[in-house]
Amino acid sequence: MNYTGNVIKYGDNIDTDVIIPARYLNTSDHGELAKHCMEDLDKTFVTRVKKGDILVGGFNFGCGSSREHAPIAIKASGISCVIAKSFARIFYRNAINIGLPIIECPECVDETDEGDKLEIDLENGKIINYSNGKTYKTTAFPEFIQEIIKSGGLMQYIKNKK
Amino acid sequence: MGMTMTQKILAKSSGQKSVKPGMLISAKVDMVLGNDITAPVAIKEFEKIGAEKVFDTEKIALVPDHFTPNKDIKSAEQVKLMREFARKMGIKHFFEIGQMGVEHALLPELGLVTAGDLVIGADSHTCTYGALGAFSTGVGSTDMAAAMVTGEVWLKVPEAIKFNLIGKPGEWVSGKDIILHIIGRIGVDGALYKSMEFTGEGLEFLTMDDRFTIANMAIEAGAKNGIFEVDDETLKYIAQHSSKPYEIFRADSDAEYVEELTIDIGKIRPTVALPHLPENTKTVDELDDITIDQVVIGSCTNGRIEDMRIAAKILAGRKVHKNVRCIIIPATQMVWKQCMKEGLFDIFIDAGCAVSTPTCGPCLGGHMGILAEGERAVSTTNRNFVGRMGHVKSEVYLASPAVAAASAITGKISSPEELMD
Repeated sequence: MNYTGNVIKYGDNIDTDVIIPARYLNTSDHGELAKHCMEDLDKTFVTRVKKGDILVGGFNFGCGSSREHAPIAIKASGISCVIAKSFARIFYRNAINIGLPIIECPECVDETDEGDKLEIDLENGKIINYSNGKTYKTTAFPEFIQEIIKSGGLMQYIKNKK
Repeated sequence: MGMTMTQKILAKSSGQKSVKPGMLISAKVDMVLGNDITAPVAIKEFEKIGAEKVFDTEKIALVPDHFTPNKDIKSAEQVKLMREFARKMGIKHFFEIGQMGVEHALLPELGLVTAGDLVIGADSHTCTYGALGAFSTGVGSTDMAAAMVTGEVWLKVPEAIKFNLIGKPGEWVSGKDIILHIIGRIGVDGALYKSMEFTGEGLEFLTMDDRFTIANMAIEAGAKNGIFEVDDETLKYIAQHSSKPYEIFRADSDAEYVEELTIDIGKIRPTVALPHLPENTKTVDELDDITIDQVVIGSCTNGRIEDMRIAAKILAGRKVHKNVRCIIIPATQMVWKQCMKEGLFDIFIDAGCAVSTPTCGPCLGGHMGILAEGERAVSTTNRNFVGRMGHVKSEVYLASPAVAAASAITGKISSPEELMD
């Protein structure tokens, strides 16, 4: 599966409180959550994000609260994939479990600018940056995690196994 | 190669003789936890795949504590969904208002988690129970849903950092100062994906409440879990609170750690984390005058009886500064009752504090003490991210109950030493 889109880029330690503030957690409606995605960090995010865009962050992306509403809000806002230097571990699980592709690639993050056009080839572990002409290798997910992603998330994976 | 405490519990729970860092395992859970924010998402996922029953009606705990007592209609609907699910599935541990408390104070108090358990919770501070010598970690709602169906969770076996605690803490230094000091030293991703294992001769000076506070904030260093070596203090607590069978796991002498740090807790000074990351720590001595608008004493980090006692000790016979609102929230009904018995509420009320029924409310900017633009709070909670307790231009300073109480009196961030000599 390949994903192509333009980059929206933020820095290190993007926490789940800024991804989706707790004041909106009295609902789990995906569309409602998407309306407030990144609100406390960047009010313009929801107006400029386009379907397929790629979110790029620094170290420890998604730190803080375990709220699954954070990857849900990102996915529902139209973001196709998140690339970061590293992910906080609960965010990492949640993204995989709900079928939001995420990739760790510090080199790509360093050399990618806001607005760059990227193509991500998940199966072959490759990122192409059309704006700077570079290609990056990424580490493939372990087989078990690939199975979850292929099933479309953890619950479907469990259902298929039954 | 030997195993750490964490690795031993993961080996036991996945039915293997030994595990190594990096291995992906499926492990049996002894308790699955969810709250009023995360459980509704889990319940929907549970129902989406047509699951009809939970794996074990006694190994699931549902605690509506974040927006409760329900702050608005939507929150009430979320708790209603939990309540109806609990009834339909016959889940034993659903805690209604009147029995509920802040989840991570409540579960150990009721003995629902114990040494050697493998616990997952759809709340990042589930790592708190590591204080009891359990493996305990925060997960998401889908993980919770999957575990409610299968009784299992997928985990990657973590590497470990060993914290060798030595020395005896000073009078006004508690578990909160120790964990803030450690996070300041290693950073908010200093233990990313790893377990933090606490051991050493300094443990004998740490009460269980200190240890709960330290394990609680392991996630603030990015850790998968924090875990304490079981000692007499742990066993005494377990005997008082739990009738569940427990098992003690000790690290092998040749267990492998990616890092070993010795922390002299005798040298730690009252410590505060400045906005907007828990790693931005300074000792109170290093701070200039920082005036404040609000103080919150409570939460899963510092809402236990010892936290209340130390706040009362400092507030006794004094008044909260006229420019400060001081909100005190005992974390459970049992802590509440104990406060009443010991006369702590008289001290709090006479000092001009407001006392609330148990809730997580203000910690996450939910309700019961939201900050306005430009306002500054000293809080005994665990996160000081942008907008965490209210307006994006408000500020949260994380501190111990002692520092919070002293600051409430002086109106600026203060060490209790300034008042108590």
